[in-house]
Amino acid sequence: MREVELAIIGGGPGGLAAAIEAYRNGVRKIVLLERDRSLGGILKQCVHSGFGLQLFGEELTGPEYAERFTKQVMELGIDIKLETMVIGITSDKLVSAVNSAEGLISFKARALILAMGCRERPRGALNIPGTRPAGIYTAGTAQRFVNMEGYMPGKKVVILGSGDIGLIMARRMTLEGAEVKMVCELMPYSGGLKRNIMQCLEDFGIPLRLSHTVVEIHGRERLEGVTVAEVDKSGRPVPGTNEYVECDTLLLSVGLIPENELSKMASIELDPATSGPFVDEACQTSAEGIFACGNVVYVHDLVDYVTQEGYLAGKSAAEYLSRKAGDGPEGGLGAESGAESRAESGAGSGAVSGAESGAGLGEKIPEVLKIHAGYGVRCIIPQFVRRSCKNDVSLFFRVAGNYRDVVLEARAGGRAVCSVRKKVVSPGEMESIRLKSEIIRSINSEVLEIGIRTLGDKEAKETKGEI
Amino acid sequence: MSERENKMLTCIICPLGCSISVTMEDGTIAETKGFGCKRGKNYAETECIAPMRVITSTVRVVNGPVPLISVKTDKPVPKALVMECMKEINRIEAHSPVKIGDILLVNVLGTGADIVATCNA
Repeated sequence: MREVELAIIGGGPGGLAAAIEAYRNGVRKIVLLERDRSLGGILKQCVHSGFGLQLFGEELTGPEYAERFTKQVMELGIDIKLETMVIGITSDKLVSAVNSAEGLISFKARALILAMGCRERPRGALNIPGTRPAGIYTAGTAQRFVNMEGYMPGKKVVILGSGDIGLIMARRMTLEGAEVKMVCELMPYSGGLKRNIMQCLEDFGIPLRLSHTVVEIHGRERLEGVTVAEVDKSGRPVPGTNEYVECDTLLLSVGLIPENELSKMASIELDPATSGPFVDEACQTSAEGIFACGNVVYVHDLVDYVTQEGYLAGKSAAEYLSRKAGDGPEGGLGAESGAESRAESGAGSGAVSGAESGAGLGEKIPEVLKIHAGYGVRCIIPQFVRRSCKNDVSLFFRVAGNYRDVVLEARAGGRAVCSVRKKVVSPGEMESIRLKSEIIRSINSEVLEIGIRTLGDKEAKETKGEI
Repeated sequence: MSERENKMLTCIICPLGCSISVTMEDGTIAETKGFGCKRGKNYAETECIAPMRVITSTVRVVNGPVPLISVKTDKPVPKALVMECMKEINRIEAHSPVKIGDILLVNVLGTGADIVATCNA
């Protein structure tokens, strides 16, 4: 067994950024474990452009974006293990992995960063009736075939789901000579970016069928066609709207789920709303010294945000390691006893003043502030914020529907502590609220609720100029 | 007699997604309505006069560690030429080693855009 300071699982954008930032903050014994033949994760198969606008102010393709970080990791001399599959982790940070050169290997790490990314929802998650022929792929699998392996999955294509990967693949398959017959979307709106609807579908005259789904699959050995139907508001097929569409390929772009098989092995608590671990403002999970970043936590809109979160996780892991090198016990997220004892003993700087000034009536308030989803909000990251945190904290959240003229509010004890006006919000784009550290310290309730409030017509008109 | 044509576009500049209507007369813009900002107006008018797109695709690699490398046009090409450019791109064979930015085809179809590699192999 090898001992390392930090083991990072996953060499995609999250893991790469975490490795770089941990190194910059003084961590030297790092191992980065990646199951694929090269670093970069899913970016390597995303040959289209549109990455990096937030971080670099230019539009890069996926492989170009990945290369900027891969190069840095190589230059820093960080230990990279490719084609190495992590098969188990424990809450005390034992990592087991396999590769064909060394067989079974294990690491004892003092801190761990989970950066495994996410997986696509497969056919099995949809319960589409019919046969089980060849020719049904998730959009990302097809993307890998076309862009990295050099295989075309088929010639006549139907795409179910209008998420961005589905839209991007509609264009990609068309460019490579396939006929994309239609993109079906169960919801009355697309989950993809408008830009992609315009440039991937409308440019090529590919119909987008909103409120439509695939109700049957035909073909024994190879897919021969699908039956599509319109759905009502509750998502049920409307009788009499069935339409047979001949195709040899069905691509599924029906959602992504954070990949947390390993997290479960370490008994890390998962948030049912995100399917990823509960995290605090420093990306720490419920297990002490185990951090998580990127799509393993929740599915991000842009890779730029994954990179930023990777930096945060890397920095937090470095700080954790240096704290551990210095003093004694530490609690993982939600380890109330640990957190409280820190506040009481004064081990955590700022914790004491925060807790005392907050609890004006002499009651002890927990060190960890819980963040809850209020009206119109589906999920929030992070779910916990330590009151003693020294920096401002950005809360990212997904709204539950399309709304116009709203205020995004953070409310504590029935009082709004922070708000942002928005003209339009939609589930396709993550919203955020930035909480100043002094505001966090001033909150004396146990819970901070993030919700949206719709404005009346009059109020909306009056404040129009302020947006 | 002049020929008037009305085109409806959904703006992609920001999440507002304004519906913009552009009226063309004899191939020039007569009127643009419905935009929420200057950038939106600019987008809609460019889309109507001369829509341009960056093409991203892949190219076969000879003797490489991987079967394909990713490529792009280093500047946008006219939208109408996208499928023709794809035929040119699919004719290219790259020889390993290839580095990001290497030019694989100069001035594709006279558009002034080069096909460049976007990954190393």
